[in-house]
Amino acid sequence: MLNTLLFAVLPYVAVVLFLLVSIHRYRKEPFTFSSLSSQFLESRQLFWGSVPFHIGLVLLFFGHLIGFLFPSQVTMWNGVPVRLFILEASGLIAGLLTLVGLVGLIVRRLGSARLRINTSSTDIGVYLVLMVQIVTGLWIALGYRWGSAWYTHTAVPYLWSVARFAPEIERVVELPLVARIHIVGAWTFVGLFSFTRLVHLLVAPVPYLWRPVQLVIWNRERRHRRPGN
Amino acid sequence: MDVRAQVSMVFHLDKCIGCHTCSVACKNVWTDRRGAEYMWWNNVETKPGTGYPTGWEDQSKYKGGFEKKEDGLELRAVGKVRGALTVFHNPNFPVIDDYYEPFTFDYQNLFDAKEGADQPIARPVSMITGKPMEIESGPNWDDDLAGSKHYAAHDPNLANVSAEEREALFDIERLVFFYLPRICNHCLNPSCVAACPSGALYKRGEDGIVLLNQERCRAWRFCVTACPYKKTYFNWSTGKSEKCILCYPRLESGQAPACFHSCVGRIRYLGMVLYDADRIEQVAQTEDHDLVDAQRSLILDPNDPKVIADAKRNGISDDVIASAQRSPVYRYVIEWGLALPLHAEHRTLPMLFYVPPLLPVMAQKSENGHYDTTHDDFLGSIDQYRLPLQYMASMFGAGNEAPVRYALRKQLAVRYYRRAVTTGDIPQEQADRLLKEAGCTPEEADRIYHLTALAPFDDRFVIPPMHREEAIEMLDEPLEAKGFAGMGIRKRPERGA
Repeated sequence: MLNTLLFAVLPYVAVVLFLLVSIHRYRKEPFTFSSLSSQFLESRQLFWGSVPFHIGLVLLFFGHLIGFLFPSQVTMWNGVPVRLFILEASGLIAGLLTLVGLVGLIVRRLGSARLRINTSSTDIGVYLVLMVQIVTGLWIALGYRWGSAWYTHTAVPYLWSVARFAPEIERVVELPLVARIHIVGAWTFVGLFSFTRLVHLLVAPVPYLWRPVQLVIWNRERRHRRPGN
Repeated sequence: MDVRAQVSMVFHLDKCIGCHTCSVACKNVWTDRRGAEYMWWNNVETKPGTGYPTGWEDQSKYKGGFEKKEDGLELRAVGKVRGALTVFHNPNFPVIDDYYEPFTFDYQNLFDAKEGADQPIARPVSMITGKPMEIESGPNWDDDLAGSKHYAAHDPNLANVSAEEREALFDIERLVFFYLPRICNHCLNPSCVAACPSGALYKRGEDGIVLLNQERCRAWRFCVTACPYKKTYFNWSTGKSEKCILCYPRLESGQAPACFHSCVGRIRYLGMVLYDADRIEQVAQTEDHDLVDAQRSLILDPNDPKVIADAKRNGISDDVIASAQRSPVYRYVIEWGLALPLHAEHRTLPMLFYVPPLLPVMAQKSENGHYDTTHDDFLGSIDQYRLPLQYMASMFGAGNEAPVRYALRKQLAVRYYRRAVTTGDIPQEQADRLLKEAGCTPEEADRIYHLTALAPFDDRFVIPPMHREEAIEMLDEPLEAKGFAGMGIRKRPERGA
């Protein structure tokens, strides 16, 4: 029963929340879309937190995504021990980077009165969920070798089954407790995502790369574009 | 020729008395809010000095503005590639301590303190944390050369001034300074707009006011780095950048911006100018030496029939063109050549122009150590002036002395001329000769005198019709937009989750 709730119901609740709240918030509350950068109040320590945290997290995200999209290729890659070792080491390094960054960010935030005053409860929630995810992730990587090998035929088929609206929870319920916490934590993260400052990821300014440099906005149409003028 | 209109400004520094009324007017209207306490969209600095934020002119630290590269202009620190590399931590981003920690005082203690041997005091309290704090800096900390050894001596504009001149400057440091009021320059080639990855910053087409859409800003913070004048500010509470909006709601209802309206010294002028947008890119790449003249060449003669025809073709209405013809800015910047852009070398083409101050030497220390106030000549010559011309040139001439010299000479000639006219203690021939040397006619001198010294309200502020009604007309149902002032957000700007 609990397993059904956590592995078959929670995913859909999380994804629906993610979609609906993000869209609603983008349309109705655009003012709240911000990375809420705190560099202005503290810059020196931020470097040692923010940079490893973001780089690590981006690498981890794409690592999980590649495993999800191309499980058989990942399995093939892992066929040669050296390559498995490279993949695992990269994942571990990314995880450690993220951990170091996150710890740095938390220490920084606790240590500065200016930042404490500027910390919301959702910030604390984000820190908690991310910390659980990173600790359990590292634990899996170190304690249940080799994660990249068994991820592709346990969690990945489970994720695909969720995507097909026919969740096969038996693929994950027998996994070690740490791995199950990691999966439940991931769904919690997805569900909370759009309530937090993490939404800045959804508005990452990629179009800037091909946008014209200057931006001029006209309040009214310029008359020469109108017919008869 | 792509003729566009720009609300443009002139600040006459010879008239500024450094009273900060403009700053306070702006503060009361716009930045008296949480997260914005430290912001002074309008501030007044003492020069020489390091200003606000401290040392803002030092681009080796803040990396603002554009650099001229072989294949065109490039933002100094941010932009497409370097911005992507520094998005997680921006090394050239000023922090609050570069400005100052905003403070108030615990006045309640004056009423509530228990009876004791000492008088109760109102301790300073941080407006960020609410905790007691030591005040270490403020928005005009080096006002009137306070602490000049720490501040004025580090003015970046002194870099090109010779050691002798520097020594002479600080020998009489208690005597020489002037004020530099600063607001957003509403540049023609704004580096903040070029740096904003979200597209939140934009230039308004009709009047050229540079605005920042609070609903699109995502706190990537590149605008703050990119602006060489440090006139975009980051609100630490809402997580959004903010900047001077040139009081556009006031302009749209025919009023001068708050800082202009409140100016006690009447140093501020505002008016429309027409310019050629096709040439912006080319002009912004001119060599430093010719940059000031090139920038002024962008501004078009509003009485030229060809310009008028092109302006009309671009949808600029007749009353806006008429307003540009009356513009005091056009007089100062183009007709008289008296007003110059501040730090044009950053290539943002600022549209706020400054009339450089004369600062004549009225007294000198004689050999016996007394101050000698009698002068052979009424105001002396420009080269004896207390702030070296090279200092002025690094601020107002992009390093070139010629336009600064021209502006100062003409001002001086007008003063001699008016002195001759009103008091008669200067020979008319001398006044005429100086006018001629400065390239000025008596008629022009009278006009300069009139707009500088008399300057009625409606001559200083020629506010163009902003035609908000046309923006409303674009909507299907004009009545639905009734009551909208174009202010954008109509709810409290609360910090996002």
